[in-house]
Amino acid sequence: MKQLMKFNVNGVIYEEEIDHRRTLLEVLREKFGLLGTHKGCDEGQCGACTVLVDGRAVNSCLVLAATVQGKKIITIEGLAQGEKLHPVQEAFVETGAIQCGFCTPGMIMITKAFLDNNPNPTREEAKMAISGNLCRCTGYFQIIDAVMKAAKKMRKEA
Amino acid sequence: MKEGSEGLTVVGKGMPKVDATLKATGKAVYGADFSLPGMLFGKILRSRVPHAKILNINTSKALKLPGVRAVITGRDFPWGLKYGFTAITRDQTPLAQDKVRYIGDEVAAVAAIDEDIAEEALDLIKVDYEELPAVYDPFEAMKEGAPQLHDHVKNNISASQHLAFGDVEKGFRESDHVREDEFTTQAIKHGFLEPHASVGLWDPSGKATLWGNKQSPYIVYRKLAMALGLPPSKVRVIQTYVGAGFGSARSDPFALDFCALLLSKKTGKPVKFVYTMEDVLVMGEMRHPFYLRTKTGMTRDGYLKAIQAHAVADGGAYSTIGPVSIALPAFFIDIPYGVPNVLYDGYRVFTNKGFCGSLRGHCIAQLRWALGQQLDMMCNDLGLDIAEVSIKNALHPGDQTPGGYRITSCAFTECVEKAVEASGWKEKKGKLPPFHGIGMGTSSFITGVKLSGHNSASCVVKMNEDGTASITTGATDIGQGSSTIVCQIVAEVLGLPMEDIIINSGIDTDFTPIDPGTYGSRVSFYSGNAAKVAAEDAKRQLAEVAGKVTGAPPEEMIFKDRKVFPKNNPEKGWKIDALIRHAQHSMGRESKSIIGRGSYDSGVDFIDFKTGRGNISPTYTFAADVAEVEVDPETGKITILNAVGAHDIGKALNPTLCSGQLDGAWIQAQGQLLFEELKRDKKDGHVLNPSFMDYKMPTSMDIPLQNKHIFVESIDPDGPFGAKEVGEGASVAIFPALGNAVYDAIGVRIPDLPITPEKVLKAIKEKKEGK
Repeated sequence: MKQLMKFNVNGVIYEEEIDHRRTLLEVLREKFGLLGTHKGCDEGQCGACTVLVDGRAVNSCLVLAATVQGKKIITIEGLAQGEKLHPVQEAFVETGAIQCGFCTPGMIMITKAFLDNNPNPTREEAKMAISGNLCRCTGYFQIIDAVMKAAKKMRKEA
Repeated sequence: MKEGSEGLTVVGKGMPKVDATLKATGKAVYGADFSLPGMLFGKILRSRVPHAKILNINTSKALKLPGVRAVITGRDFPWGLKYGFTAITRDQTPLAQDKVRYIGDEVAAVAAIDEDIAEEALDLIKVDYEELPAVYDPFEAMKEGAPQLHDHVKNNISASQHLAFGDVEKGFRESDHVREDEFTTQAIKHGFLEPHASVGLWDPSGKATLWGNKQSPYIVYRKLAMALGLPPSKVRVIQTYVGAGFGSARSDPFALDFCALLLSKKTGKPVKFVYTMEDVLVMGEMRHPFYLRTKTGMTRDGYLKAIQAHAVADGGAYSTIGPVSIALPAFFIDIPYGVPNVLYDGYRVFTNKGFCGSLRGHCIAQLRWALGQQLDMMCNDLGLDIAEVSIKNALHPGDQTPGGYRITSCAFTECVEKAVEASGWKEKKGKLPPFHGIGMGTSSFITGVKLSGHNSASCVVKMNEDGTASITTGATDIGQGSSTIVCQIVAEVLGLPMEDIIINSGIDTDFTPIDPGTYGSRVSFYSGNAAKVAAEDAKRQLAEVAGKVTGAPPEEMIFKDRKVFPKNNPEKGWKIDALIRHAQHSMGRESKSIIGRGSYDSGVDFIDFKTGRGNISPTYTFAADVAEVEVDPETGKITILNAVGAHDIGKALNPTLCSGQLDGAWIQAQGQLLFEELKRDKKDGHVLNPSFMDYKMPTSMDIPLQNKHIFVESIDPDGPFGAKEVGEGASVAIFPALGNAVYDAIGVRIPDLPITPEKVLKAIKEKKEGK
C-alpha cells in the first residue's frame, strides 16, 4: 500500500508516494537517488548502509522508511559543504582508510555519529565504535587511524 | 646504481588514492548504482536439489504474472555451448542445461518491471527434476562407482598436477629427520561487501553491452562471447566501480551477466540484476578446501633435503580455474627455500557443492599452512631455530630452482632477519610464559603469473593542451589502488605533479587498451610497466619537439616541475603546456598530437604444466612474518598480541597503499585462520550460513593489538621503479606464522583450519590428560 510520506534528508524535504513496506535504504537509493548509501547484506550485518537519524547511526536497511518521517536524516551526501569535505571525510581520504570504498560511506557516518558524542576518544574506543561495520579490504588499521585523525581535526575546528 | 630510489618526487611517496574523494562522498558509481532508462529487473532461480537431471521447466505460469516480461532457461542459450578457462575445462553454461550439480546452481531467470514481481515469478516456475545420487566429500567422489558430476570426467578428477625434481627417496635417505603429517583447510568466501550487479543491453545493432562490477572485464568479455556464441567484438563490458574482489569470484561472468544480456535481447529493454548477499554466499566461487599430506626431510643441522606433498582439493561442481589452482602448490613447493628433491601429486575433485576458484594467496596459502608448520615441527624435533633454518635454506638473487625459476631480486634472508629483529624473536622464542606463544612463517609469491595467451598489459598517455596528461590504462582498480600507482608512475616520468594526471575510472573493453585483468598479482608489475613505457613514449615525442624549439639534443631534455629544458641550459626551457600546444598547433604540416603508447610483456616463457619446468612469473616476492599470541586456557580464545611482517615487495610505490594492502591481506587470512568457514549440510551440501550473521568475518575487534610492516626494498631489475606485487603474497606467510605461534602457546599442533576456541580447548584438555 502506498501513502504520501515526507522526509527531511540532508536538509532537503522530499514528499512522495511510498509503499509502506519500503526500508529507508530502499527509499534513499531508489526514490531519492542518494546512491552513496550502499546496500551490502541488506540485513543489518555489514553497516554499509549506515546513515544518521536525529544524530544516531542506524542501519538504514533495518529501518522502515515510514517510521522516520519528520526526523532529521543525514546521509553521506549531506556531509561535505560544496567542495569542502567534512573532517571525517578528509581524514579517511588522507590515511588510506579507503580501498574499494564500498564500506566507506557507512564507516564515515558511524565515525561522525561517534565523534559528535565523543570528541576525544581513545584508540580502543574508536575500534569499538566501528566494530559493527565490516570492511574486507583494509584490515581496519588505517580506518582506526582515520577516526583518530578525524577526532583531532574536529576538535581543532570546534 | 639500481634504478628506483634516487631523486624520485612522486613514486615512493605515500599519498591518497586518486578516487578517494569520490568514494568518501558517496559519488563513486558501483554496480548496483548504475541504471538505464526503461530498465527491467531480473532474478535468478537456483536449484534446490544437489544433483539432478532437468526433465522439464514450465515457465507458463510465471509468464502470465502481470509485470513479467520474459522468462529464460538453459534452453534459450546456444545448446551445449560451454565456457571455461581452457578448452578442456569448459563445463559451465549460463543457466543449467541438462543437469544441476549443486544447491544454488542457476536454472532460470525472469525479467519484470520491478524486483518484487520478478521474485514472485520465480515461485511460479516449475522444474521437474530426476534426482541423482550426489557426493560431497572429495575422497568419496574419487572412488569407483561414485556419482559422476560430468559425463566426460572419470572419477570426478577435475584436474591433477604431478611434479618431480631430483629424487625424493634419495633426499629422505640423506636426511637425519623425516616427518610426515596431515593438514586440512576449509572453504571460505571472498567476502567482498558489494554483491554482484549487472545491467545488460542488447541493442538492435546486435551489440551486447554489459555494465558490471568486474575485476577482470577482459575475462568476462571473452567468456560472454564464448557462451553466447558471439564474436568478441559484439560484446562490450564496461566496468563500474568495484566493491572489492580478491579473486575469481569477480573475474568470471556469472548467470546474472549472461541473463541480463539475453533477457535484454528478448525484451528490447535494458535488464538489471543485483544479487543478494545470500546469492553471493551460496554460489561459486570460493577458496578450495585442501587436504595435504606432506613429508619433509632435513639434516640435523637444518638443511632441507626433500619435500613431498600429496594434495586433494575439493573443487565443487565446476572447473573454472581449477587446473591452475591444483598446480600452484606444486609450483611453489621449492620456493622460498632451495630444496633439491621435490615430489608433488595433486588432485582437484568435483563434488556437488559450489565451485572453487582463486582467492588471495591462491592455493599457495594452503600449501604454506602445511609446509610452514611442518618446518616448525622439524625444527622443534631437532632443537633448531626456524629463523636460522630459514636463512640456511634461503634462495638468493641469481639462484635457479630445479624447475627453472630465475630468482632475480630476492631479499628473503633480509626479510627473516628484519622480522626476527622487529619482533624480539630471540628474546621471546622459547622464553614466553604458558599460553603465550610466538611463531614464524615464510612465503614467496608470483608477480604476474604467466598462464596462457593473455599476458601483456597496455596503456595510452595523451598530453593535453593545458599541460596535463590523460591516462587510459587497461588495469582494473578494484580498490587495491592500481589507478593511483599508474598515475604516480606517469607523473614521475613526465615531471608532473599528481594533480595534473587524469585516469580512466574504469575499463571499457571496446576502448581501453588490452590488459589481462586483475589476477595473478600482475597489475603493479605489468600495468605499471606499460604505463611507464607509455609515459616514456610521450616524453620522447615531446623531447623531440623541445629539441626543435631549443636547438638542444632531445636526449638531453629534462622534464621537471611542468617544464621541459636542456640539461645544461634550464633557462632555455619551455613550460610543458606551451610545448604541447606548439607541437599541436604551431608546426604546420608537422603538427603532432602527443600520445604515448605502452605495452609490456615480461618475455618470460610459459611454464610447462606437464613437467613444471619453466618460470611461472617474471619475478617473485618474499616474506617472513612473526605472530605472537596469547591463548585463554579457560575459553580457548586466541588474541594476537603482535604481528610483524617483513615483505620484499621490490619497491613501495606508495607506502600508504602498500600498508593497506598488507593489513588487509593479514586480516583476511586471520579470518580463515581463526574462525571463518562456509559450513554445509552433510546430507545435501547446502550452505548453512549464507549471511554475515552466521558467516563470520573479522571485525575491528578481532585485529592484532599491534602490527608492523617492514618494506624490504630489493628494487627489482624489471619492475616499474623496482616494484613487485604487494598484497597477495602477504596473505600467505601469516598462515604458518599463526599456526606455529598457537603451537608455541599451547604445546599442541592444530592441523585443521580454522583454529577455533573449541579445537584449542579440546587440545589443551587432551594434553592435560596425557593423550
